[in-house]
Amino acid sequence: MRLFDFFRRRRSAPVARERLKVLLAYERANRNLPDLVAVLREEILAVITRHVRVRQDDVRVTMDRGDTKSRLAIDIRIPNGATIAGAF
Amino acid sequence: MGKVVVVTSGKGGVGKTTSTAALGAALAQTGLKVALIDFDVGLRNLDLVMGAERRVVFDLVNVTQGAAKLSQALIRDKRIETLYLLPASQTRDKDALTEEGVAHVVGALREKFDYVLCDSPAGIERGAQLAMRFADEAVIVTNPEVSSVRDSDRVIGLLDSKTVKAENGESVGKHVLITRYDATRASRGEMLGIDDVLEILSTPLLGIIPESQAVLRASNVGTPVTLAEPANAAARAYFDAAKRLQGEELPMVLQAEKRRFFDRLLGRMAA
Repeated sequence: MRLFDFFRRRRSAPVARERLKVLLAYERANRNLPDLVAVLREEILAVITRHVRVRQDDVRVTMDRGDTKSRLAIDIRIPNGATIAGAF
Repeated sequence: MGKVVVVTSGKGGVGKTTSTAALGAALAQTGLKVALIDFDVGLRNLDLVMGAERRVVFDLVNVTQGAAKLSQALIRDKRIETLYLLPASQTRDKDALTEEGVAHVVGALREKFDYVLCDSPAGIERGAQLAMRFADEAVIVTNPEVSSVRDSDRVIGLLDSKTVKAENGESVGKHVLITRYDATRASRGEMLGIDDVLEILSTPLLGIIPESQAVLRASNVGTPVTLAEPANAAARAYFDAAKRLQGEELPMVLQAEKRRFFDRLLGRMAA
């Protein structure tokens, strides 16, 4: 097992090459576009806060970028009995 | 009309200043008139690497603001008489540089010199963009390491969009200079190889500078490595790169450190 680990540790350059290829393909394609995740996050939050008061800490936005598809997850904790923002 | 070459990278610490000094000295040693401009306002270092830190009177900002004449601010190298340095200012903030001011200085130097090398600050902000703004050619200094390659790719994007040449529908001639390359580690698959970097960046190669103690020694004493230790592997690689920058076609040989058996043994043990 140690021999295997030793071998694996040595060849990290191919991993670096593949990671860079995937990343740079994405970055080049999106260089002149606004950050999609940032735009979605802002707009979705704007809609939510029109109805519910949420604290910044209660919002978790995660992104998992795949080769062909990506997954954007927005997790908002809404306190029970939260006030409706426009109710005042 | 001389050529304006920006030495850039995005990432800091990859060897922009060292390479500017080494390439500039290599070009000037052939009799060409060369001016080096330090664009790293607030964090100047080219003066130190060139051994001219005690001779700075005026700087780039003084000249762009009209407080000093270009001829007063240029420092002539004590060893090579066709080599000049225009230092960055140390105290003022980055916004002290204006595009018009830089255009004026670069334009005036282009008239008098064969090569104007612009040593860019790290990053992709204003200072870096001004350093590349008027360039005809770009040397993108890259270490065979993921973060450096990624940043180089960003910089290549800027060279293709934010330079005067790009805006006029022309393109800046781009060349990758790989520094701190360790052939042994690359062959073992521990470090990105030359082919990997070139394939990813799809930009032609200007040279491969091997990792060498001589580069640090040269900085320590304030002499470009091409002048301090011209026979050293890194220096020879810089000489080749300087020739390619002038359009010469040279085979890409990996310059190897001439180490004695005993040094090698010690090197192995230390590694």
